[in-house]
Amino acid sequence: MKTELEELLQNGPVVINLGVREFAESLQGQGVEVVHVDWAPPAGGDTEMAELLDKLL
Amino acid sequence: MEFVDVKELRFLNRVEWIGSMATGYAIRRNLYLDSVFLMQVAKRLSEEPGIEQVAALMGTEKNKRLLVGMGFENTEILSAGPNDLIIALKGKSPSSVNAILDNVDAWLLRKPSGLDKSVSRTLDQALVRQPHANLIVISVPGDYAASEARRALERGLNVFMFSSNVPVEDELSLKRYARERGLIVMGPDCGTAIIAGVGVGFSNIVRRGPIGVIGAMGTGLQEFTTLVHQSGSGISHAIGTGSRDLLDAIGGISTLSALEALEADPQTEVIALLSKPPGAKTLVLLVERINLCIKPVVTCFLGIRKYPSEMDIRFRTTHTLDEAAALATQMAVGKPAVRTAIGDQELKTLVARERARMTPEQKYIRGIFAGGTFCYQAQQVMRDAGLVVHSNAPLDGMPGLADPLRSVEHTLVDIGADEFTQARPHPMIDATLRRERILAEAQDPQVAVLLLDFVLGYNASPDPVGDLLGTIAEAKLTASQRGGFLSVAASVCGTERDPQHFQEQIRALEEAGVVVLPSSAQAALFSRMLALSLQA
Repeated sequence: MKTELEELLQNGPVVINLGVREFAESLQGQGVEVVHVDWAPPAGGDTEMAELLDKLL
Repeated sequence: MEFVDVKELRFLNRVEWIGSMATGYAIRRNLYLDSVFLMQVAKRLSEEPGIEQVAALMGTEKNKRLLVGMGFENTEILSAGPNDLIIALKGKSPSSVNAILDNVDAWLLRKPSGLDKSVSRTLDQALVRQPHANLIVISVPGDYAASEARRALERGLNVFMFSSNVPVEDELSLKRYARERGLIVMGPDCGTAIIAGVGVGFSNIVRRGPIGVIGAMGTGLQEFTTLVHQSGSGISHAIGTGSRDLLDAIGGISTLSALEALEADPQTEVIALLSKPPGAKTLVLLVERINLCIKPVVTCFLGIRKYPSEMDIRFRTTHTLDEAAALATQMAVGKPAVRTAIGDQELKTLVARERARMTPEQKYIRGIFAGGTFCYQAQQVMRDAGLVVHSNAPLDGMPGLADPLRSVEHTLVDIGADEFTQARPHPMIDATLRRERILAEAQDPQVAVLLLDFVLGYNASPDPVGDLLGTIAEAKLTASQRGGFLSVAASVCGTERDPQHFQEQIRALEEAGVVVLPSSAQAALFSRMLALSLQA
């Protein structure tokens, strides 16, 4: 059975982009399927709250 | 979204400045924009009339410390949070600062792009839209990158992690988790990958072919893949692992996963592995695994002093990225179709031509690099001939620079290193830092040769050579005005398929009197020969 990494190499990337928008745009320019996530720090940037949410979710 | 416009204007008279500066700022609460976009905003603002200094940053603790260091300090800025955007300006007059602050939101608009139709708010929303996703590209700030990567791995995605400043224990835990599930974490601090012909991050457009490469060095992967392309062969996949993967703290987890995947990949016939010297334990482990590999493996551990023994005929070590690319090509397709190195005699002729107009006091090399791997490899080239070079990113056994801003004797500087790029764009995107450094080096009458690199490809500057042509001309003029001659040696990492027009970039450099060599190692070799001939 192929691993997920081997599948990626064989089938090529289908991408979710989290962060810098240019990376998604250059992938889209190559004809790659990309969904861009308009990311912002979770819990309004409160790292303690974000860690707590991470544990709960 | 709540807009709280906090605008203030005041004069500062600081003794270290000549004259006075108007300073002002605007804060936009709950407006998060990524750092690359904000650096572009800052660059555009800094080009406005009368503007001397600009910062466009999210209000993280680290960024606020930077702002304080730049002389922006007040309660509003200090109370901003990581979701609040701060634009801070210094200008020659209140009117130049006000002109921007009055219309600041217009500067924050993005150009519409085809991407707008496929934007989600969260990872899970994105997965609903794209249930077949198999890779996530993460470039969020380091504090958040590990938890986002963990979430993606739990959902079965491979990870390409551009983010840096991720703690090593998080890296280890993510990589172990990924490996147990047949996934890979490329990174953190991973700039480059080519997966089945698709360039991710900073990468070049190269021919597809039988050579698979694994690299713990971003520009190293770019140089290798472009040199393989120039040699007439091609790349099946180029897999970045992040710069720390082969340290003993990580143990080469992603490298081993990549090696196994390339071994199983039907497109790949030869595997290359590029890295700085691995940790001692990791090297033993890696060599054991390479010796079991059913495909030939070419390694290049830049800077290593003792080479691992080649216990198997399929395992070959090389000394530079050029050698690695040439050997991999030879193993894959027989003799390289295209000669990529220039001959010794040709180099000697170039050296003689360049040194003819120099003054007796000119003797030093100053390397001003955008690519960290190129700075590192050039140090190795110098060390091979016994030249001592100083660097802010020194090779094992080489002296560090006490002050990264000041060169000493032979100096090679990695301008992409953290100390230069805090809230400043990387030199592969924006040439400002290199421009300043080149002009500073040109003031030193003992400098004989400037050694430069230019990196083309996706996400790099649209015209890396054009960005520096004026500066190179100015530096050469400075030297000639005092009766000397400044030699400039360069390499261009790219292919004719890249968006920046490879041949035109080379031609522009040659027309400016720059000696253009076919690779970064050869540019370093030329500079070394020139320095040694001046010594003699």
